[in-house]
Amino acid sequence: MINKIADDVSRAMAQVRSGQCIAIGGFGRAGIPFNLIDALCDRDLTDLHVISNNAGKDDDGVARLVRERRIGKLTCTFPGHPEFFSQYLAGEVELELVPQGTLAERLRAGGAGLAAFYTPTGAETLLAEGGLPTRYADGRPAERQAAKEVRDFDGVAHVLEHALRPDVALVKAHAADRYGNVRFRLSARNFNPLCAMAARTTIVEAEQVDPGRALDPDDVHLPGAFVSSVVYGARRLDRALAHREDLR
Amino acid sequence: MTSDHTTVGLDAEALAARVAGDLQDGWYVNLGLGLPALVGAHVPADREVVLHTENGLLGIGGIASAGEEDPDLCDASKHYTTLRPGASAFDSATSFALIRSGRLDCAVLGALQVSGGGDLANWYVPGGHPGVGGAMDLAVGAQRIWVVMRHLDRDGRSKIVTACDYPLTGRAVVDRIYTDLAVFQLSEGRLTLVELAPGVDAETVASHTDAEFDTALTPTTEDHR
Repeated sequence: MINKIADDVSRAMAQVRSGQCIAIGGFGRAGIPFNLIDALCDRDLTDLHVISNNAGKDDDGVARLVRERRIGKLTCTFPGHPEFFSQYLAGEVELELVPQGTLAERLRAGGAGLAAFYTPTGAETLLAEGGLPTRYADGRPAERQAAKEVRDFDGVAHVLEHALRPDVALVKAHAADRYGNVRFRLSARNFNPLCAMAARTTIVEAEQVDPGRALDPDDVHLPGAFVSSVVYGARRLDRALAHREDLR
Repeated sequence: MTSDHTTVGLDAEALAARVAGDLQDGWYVNLGLGLPALVGAHVPADREVVLHTENGLLGIGGIASAGEEDPDLCDASKHYTTLRPGASAFDSATSFALIRSGRLDCAVLGALQVSGGGDLANWYVPGGHPGVGGAMDLAVGAQRIWVVMRHLDRDGRSKIVTACDYPLTGRAVVDRIYTDLAVFQLSEGRLTLVELAPGVDAETVASHTDAEFDTALTPTTEDHR
């Protein structure tokens, strides 16, 4: 019998190792797998290569991984968080900056069995021509992003971008069943299904997990074949919303 | 440029309203962070404009008021947002598929600098904090790129320049520039002043603009494309 529901989040997280590549869904506070990130922090791992749209907001989520210095390299589109930048400029963490559509498509390609693709995005910019500092040392850029291959299609320059194949994906869903089928909700979907498809191991936290009931097939946004394990995770509100909930 | 601030011209809301007045009924439009995000609230009531946010929504409304927030519903500025009838939700790959494949009629973006040839720089000041987000995808994909920005930077320098000092977001991608002082049209590599803000004269615009431009003032700006 298939049962991907894990009662214990720490068991689901036990296979993650220091130095591995971890893709994490979420944008803003929507679709962040806060409970899985907390469980990852409990593993006391370091030198992780994290793939995430940004470096988190406030103190939890990806920002907690930054704050606890568990990230060796961040692949993202918009780091945003001041703590990340202070570590970046101090030479403590490596940055790979990617246009947002390119990050989404690199994950999609990884999950679709494709090696690479050509996109017009970023052609004739620093992100294709190379040169953005990836690592600082002694207050100066020590390593820089390499130039990417560019090819002309119908008179338009396109940049070769490689698929991402993370070791593990941490995914936030609205509902999941024991088959690993997943449904997302509104803008909490964002990068979550893409991370799930790209990774070799995908761990899902869902607000609704009913072991006795399968999702309606037409409600499944991510088929269970892409999912390794499912855990229940309560919704995490930001301080302002949590405060208001408390007053109710 | 010597003055710290221009004392004439449109304030932020009036500038946003000026841009909104040019968005056409039925358009799919992405609004960037900051000043562009103000445009949505000024779309004329008789026009149905579908606002796109790159984190995976079409048909967003305004920022959610207190008590109305849904934790699963945020816009690209990471504010809690609302949905209008006909809205849809999708993943980030689909969101950028529709951007790159030209489904957006217009993207309204902020800028650090725009060149007279339509080059856009809006993501990185070298030595500072880089962050590109979806700007480069929008620059290559949207049917029209309209920049809305203050005419001068914080040091009083023209943001409309002969050549951008900052790393580019896209080359020759800007179709129109709206500032607190004026509206410029770009076509075939030429920059043309087409409209002055109320109370602003052409000499003021000229003395605050580094790039060369032609002048072809029209009472109101229609979509020329």
